[in-house]
Amino acid sequence: MKPKGFDYLKVGSVAEATHALEQGGEDARLIAGGMSLVPMLNFRLVEPSILIDISKIEERKYIKETNGMIEIGSATRQCELEKWPQTQSKLPLIAKALPVLGHYQTRARGTVCGSLVHADPSSELPLCLATLGGEVVLSSATGTRSLKAKEFQTGMLSVAKRSNEMVTAARYPIANPDAGYAFREMSQRHGDYAIVAVAAVVTADKIKLGIGGVADKPTVREWNMLDGSALEDALNAFAWDLGGYDDVHATSRYRRELVRRLGKNTIEEAKKCRS
Amino acid sequence: MAELAEKNSFVGQPVERVEDDILLQGKAQYSDHLPTRAGTAHAAILRSPHAHAVIKSVDVSQANAHPGVLDVMTGEDIAKMSEAFLIVLRAPINQWALAVEKVRYVGEPVAIVIARDRYIAEDALSLIQVNYDALEPAVDQEEATRDDSPVVHEAAGSNVVSTREFSYGDPEKAFSEADKIVKIKVKYPRNSQTPLEGFVVNAEYIPGEDLYDVASNYQGPFTSHPVMSMALRVRNSQLRMRTPQWSGGGFGIKVQIFPYVVLVCLASKRVGRPVKWVEDRLEHLAAAAAAPNRVVELEAACKSDGTVTGFRFDQLDDYGAFLRAPMPGPLYRMHGILTGAYDIKNMTVRNRVVLTNKCPSAMVRGFGGPQMYFAIERVMHQVAVDLGLDPLDVIQKNLIPAGVFPYRAAAGALLDSGDYPKAVELGVKDGKLEELKKKRDEMRAEGKLYGIGYAAIVEPAQSNMGYLSNILTHEERQRNPKGGAAANATITVDPLGTVSVTADSIPQGQGHQTILSQIVADELGLTPDIIKVNLDFDTAKDAWSIATGNYSSRFSSATTVACYKAAQKIRAKLARIASQSLNVPPEQLDFADGKIFDTSNPENAMKFYRAAGTAHWTPGALPEGMEPCVREIGSWSPPELESPNEKDQINTSLTYGFVFDYCGIEIDRDTGAVKIDKYVTTHDSGKILNPLIADGQVYGAFAWGVGCALYEEFVYGEDGSFKSGTFADYLVPTSSEVPEPQIIHMESPSMVTPLGAKGIAEGNCMSTPVCIANAVADATGENNLTLPLIASKVASIIHGEEPAAPSEGKEDSSRKDQRKQKIRKDGLLRGEGKTIVPATPEKVWETLLDPKALAAVIPGCHELEVLGDYTYRAEVSLGVGPVRGRFRANVSLSNMIEPVSATLSGGLEGPLGASKGSGDVKLEIHDRGTEVSYKYAIELSGTVASVGGRMLQGAAKALVGQFFQRLAGQISGVKTKHNAFVIVTNIWELVLRMLRLKP
Amino acid sequence: MPQLNKEAKHPVTINLNGKEVNGYAEPRMLLTDFLTHEIGITSCHVGCEHGVCGACTVLVDGNITRACLTFAVQADGCTVDTSESLADENGELSGLQKAFKKHHGLQCGYCTTGVLMSVTAYLRESPNPTEEELRTVLSGHLCRCTGYVGMVRAVMDYCENRPNK
Ligand code: FES
Ligand code: FES
Repeated sequence: MKPKGFDYLKVGSVAEATHALEQGGEDARLIAGGMSLVPMLNFRLVEPSILIDISKIEERKYIKETNGMIEIGSATRQCELEKWPQTQSKLPLIAKALPVLGHYQTRARGTVCGSLVHADPSSELPLCLATLGGEVVLSSATGTRSLKAKEFQTGMLSVAKRSNEMVTAARYPIANPDAGYAFREMSQRHGDYAIVAVAAVVTADKIKLGIGGVADKPTVREWNMLDGSALEDALNAFAWDLGGYDDVHATSRYRRELVRRLGKNTIEEAKKCRS
Repeated sequence: MAELAEKNSFVGQPVERVEDDILLQGKAQYSDHLPTRAGTAHAAILRSPHAHAVIKSVDVSQANAHPGVLDVMTGEDIAKMSEAFLIVLRAPINQWALAVEKVRYVGEPVAIVIARDRYIAEDALSLIQVNYDALEPAVDQEEATRDDSPVVHEAAGSNVVSTREFSYGDPEKAFSEADKIVKIKVKYPRNSQTPLEGFVVNAEYIPGEDLYDVASNYQGPFTSHPVMSMALRVRNSQLRMRTPQWSGGGFGIKVQIFPYVVLVCLASKRVGRPVKWVEDRLEHLAAAAAAPNRVVELEAACKSDGTVTGFRFDQLDDYGAFLRAPMPGPLYRMHGILTGAYDIKNMTVRNRVVLTNKCPSAMVRGFGGPQMYFAIERVMHQVAVDLGLDPLDVIQKNLIPAGVFPYRAAAGALLDSGDYPKAVELGVKDGKLEELKKKRDEMRAEGKLYGIGYAAIVEPAQSNMGYLSNILTHEERQRNPKGGAAANATITVDPLGTVSVTADSIPQGQGHQTILSQIVADELGLTPDIIKVNLDFDTAKDAWSIATGNYSSRFSSATTVACYKAAQKIRAKLARIASQSLNVPPEQLDFADGKIFDTSNPENAMKFYRAAGTAHWTPGALPEGMEPCVREIGSWSPPELESPNEKDQINTSLTYGFVFDYCGIEIDRDTGAVKIDKYVTTHDSGKILNPLIADGQVYGAFAWGVGCALYEEFVYGEDGSFKSGTFADYLVPTSSEVPEPQIIHMESPSMVTPLGAKGIAEGNCMSTPVCIANAVADATGENNLTLPLIASKVASIIHGEEPAAPSEGKEDSSRKDQRKQKIRKDGLLRGEGKTIVPATPEKVWETLLDPKALAAVIPGCHELEVLGDYTYRAEVSLGVGPVRGRFRANVSLSNMIEPVSATLSGGLEGPLGASKGSGDVKLEIHDRGTEVSYKYAIELSGTVASVGGRMLQGAAKALVGQFFQRLAGQISGVKTKHNAFVIVTNIWELVLRMLRLKP
Repeated sequence: MPQLNKEAKHPVTINLNGKEVNGYAEPRMLLTDFLTHEIGITSCHVGCEHGVCGACTVLVDGNITRACLTFAVQADGCTVDTSESLADENGELSGLQKAFKKHHGLQCGYCTTGVLMSVTAYLRESPNPTEEELRTVLSGHLCRCTGYVGMVRAVMDYCENRPNK
């Protein structure tokens, strides 16, 4: 299980990275933490001509507040966000999701933006991005643009990033003090990808529920405040709309069941957090 | 004297391990660290993506031409250079180190590349072109027994290659007089303890000596040594097997290195230099070995008070594609104790061995025990349920009573010692079962799903080499009766009095060095830390026998005894030497504190090293007739291990311990996840040699038991594709899932081993899976349980009917269709679609038949070669950007009704795996030209299926869709807008998800 | 930094367990292979090569790293620590190692080298974890031998009884 040959370039700035992307063309690939890419290289499922290492771009190592959002640079590791003193107060949903994101060891390497680009449908950070309505910043040699989660997340492991672009930052909206946030997931073992992951945001009159792991990308639904059987009906309809799929770990029916049950529990928890 | 002996007693103490210092410092040399000489080549193995296929041709020319490649060998080469492996049965089931003519499971070795380094060797794998003709596979073990099943080995005529029936006592009477007959059918899954270190083989052929010199983390048994040497066509002495001291876990699986030993030996002979091969994880999971999956139908004849008077066993064991020696061991190793811990005298047994298109089964810790006890303990639970009794009462009622040991079990096991009822009582009391029961009541009152399960089992150790003879009839056995189990150890005392020990146990982390040093220290009056135990192993120099190796818990009752015997010999010799100087008879001497002394006058003493030194420095001064030097071999084979008798009774193992487990589990009502709340395991393993190590073995076996109960399974698709190819799919439990069990010990020393010790390392592999299953049965009331009890499976038991989708009337039908599409089934990839082509059906038809035009519509097609009428071969690249795989595609058209419909079938093969599929195409006139509608089904196998098959549905859909879009484009002259590869990219991208790794 | 060509071997210098070492690596050479086969140390084990098992865990510039998911050229100029760095120069085991020995926290030792490095880094941040927290951290490592009991006890004991906590 060894990768096929590739050239390697360690870059020190976004400009260098985007320049290298232009040069490298379709076969170039960015590596930050490498937690998802390198297994694919080892399995020879991906055979890039050049690997551009963006993990050492110092200018991209930051967490800062801008316009009601928390912006996280592309070289910021997940563990750094976990340890950031304000995560709890400014990004309570993420604070709840981070401990179940992979393992202590993988969070030490993996980056926040890397996880968003990887776009696993049951992954926590993309789900939070979708549920909170965050955005990502993309840069190329010719310019910079930002995309809302909805525009960015296009499907299973796919995002609207062009091959000459690099995601340079992620932006998560700062918590609404009136809202309650909760995050839950079901995985077979600690640290596994969730079979179903659930993020809930509850305000005085609205419920927002994001589900990962059932459809091919995180899916968010919003309702006016619901309770009891009305909530159950809404969750059931949502579950059926998402569908699900069978695999060695779980059946589609199980996934829908978790949408109904975990969905309800998570909403309840978010409601409690509010009061 | 007794006091001194006390003081000197290390056996039985929790002595810290002598192994640990080097391991903790990361200085231990495992097989991959062994020095290799300059010029050593490295091998990589090409493996079958198909479960069952004929190898039509293998073209290695491109691979051979690749810079850095020394050679490439195929099954044809191997068949010329070697013999097929000997097997236990007389049946035409021939296996060589590489597949010859046919492949029979996904992962079967097809070719080996020998290159300058491993990276280059892997580069060359993708350049080998194998042409397969896929066959129907036999996958399900029950279906494989049917007459109409595909046959794995045609020459064998059937997949059922052995059937034996046995009867003990008077089963007819027991069943006819039963108050109730309780019957269950259970299926035990495929799993393995998957050591963290994979297989490693370093081999060199030495021409002048015609010798194969091998260093590998092979674990024995050395019954396989002649199997290898015969395959290599050399005398036994010409295959030198060396095993290093350090191995990263074995659990039985490392027996199955032997075909690779032969393969790498042949590779070395061919290229004329040493060759090294290291197995990777994907290879290990797909193709190393698994415990056989078993279907058992078990009937118990019961009295209404819960007494079980008879068993009827019907066992069907699945050995996969080949029967590698010593298979079908798991079906027979437990034979003597098929009645478990119970006093049941009457039994019939039918054992069948079936072959299927799966990875060959082999030894895995527990070796037949987990499968057998799953049936026995589930039926005992069921007896209780059906008769309205408490499961523990049923167990207790049927246990072999105290005071009857040694006890001959119905099928021949001679249970050496124990007091099972007392052990159960001890476990109940010290584990606080009553409190647990109270807790269950409370939890249930709160609406929780809580259950208690039990298991009582007998744990065998040290296999009788004759146990497999029971696969033959008594008459057949007489030709070559087998029985016994030899062990060897050697102790040397050098001229300065330092003691070294070697032995034939080939450990993989169990602490054998420590225990042997404790035994020798006690016998010679020394301390363990100064006794150097070296357990690396060399068949050219060490004392060994066919039973040599690390398996079936043979260490604590076999190798220890050999070592003890060697130590006794050393002691006797040194006592005689000392008696000369001390002027007292040897019987009056004792050994302690590095001295040999007169027990009646401890002052009259001689240093241990002086006595030993005499045998080296002044042999002339030795007592009359004594040989110089101090080196003794202890060999031992217990007389209790006889060949099976005419009634097919056999004492399958030497010692029999007892394990009694119970546990409390809670099931999360929402998720179905099973949480082990409390687990108590009581062991009577005879004399405990080192409690620290003994408990470590229990914890390890328990953890694997938890894995088997709740997480681990090798999953195969209906088409034989393998779906558990990574550690993200084959779920090994972690520290978050495995709780700490409470261990309770009782010691009934074995009467048949001088040290009184029995095995302890396999018990929980056998008891824990079924104990947890019984608890789940208790919690849910569901009795039809198949392991592993993953949350999704348990949820399907507790969640009842699924709430219906919101009333259908409100939605339009397209939404319903969409939903149908979203709910995908595992296994086959299926789909359908349609597209409008702005041309007449005739024109479309023409395009389909025109090779050039076809080449243009097949996504990623480079060249298309016409093989025959409507049969083409194409070189295809799939992927875009960084992801690109080159495949060979075979495409053919059939069922042609011009210009209305046709069947398009074909397959793809490439380094990442293979797929095969077919689609029906229909052409209908449409107002904008022709409506082309299609339906397809695709199967995937090989790497892609192993690591990501389930997520490929969407990608396959895109691929097929593209084909027809391009068809439309080609015909209408419009170039398809997309780069055809863009969507296909996802095939490989999707695989990433399966790796379940967090970025 | 210049672009490294895939065909060539490039010099890689690391500070390994306190000593500077040099070797050569193609860009694709994994750090596991570099440490084991190019430098020749025995403390970075390979169990899966896809980042799940944790056997290859080392510290790169003090950060927990799966060496099987890292290329040697990425580590050029970095500090790499393995379990060979834990004992003192006389071979005296560290307190953590001693605790593993005392509590039988290892059997085959194959996972152990990685576990020790994870725990070492973790305890720097959280010197006094609860057992549950510790188990959560250890869940990033697969051990097939021990059932984790001994290693959990070892770390808990070490944290409680370490002299200058
Ligand atoms: S070998 Fe690196 S995590 Fe398994
Ligand atoms: S001690 Fe063997 S894998 Fe952990």
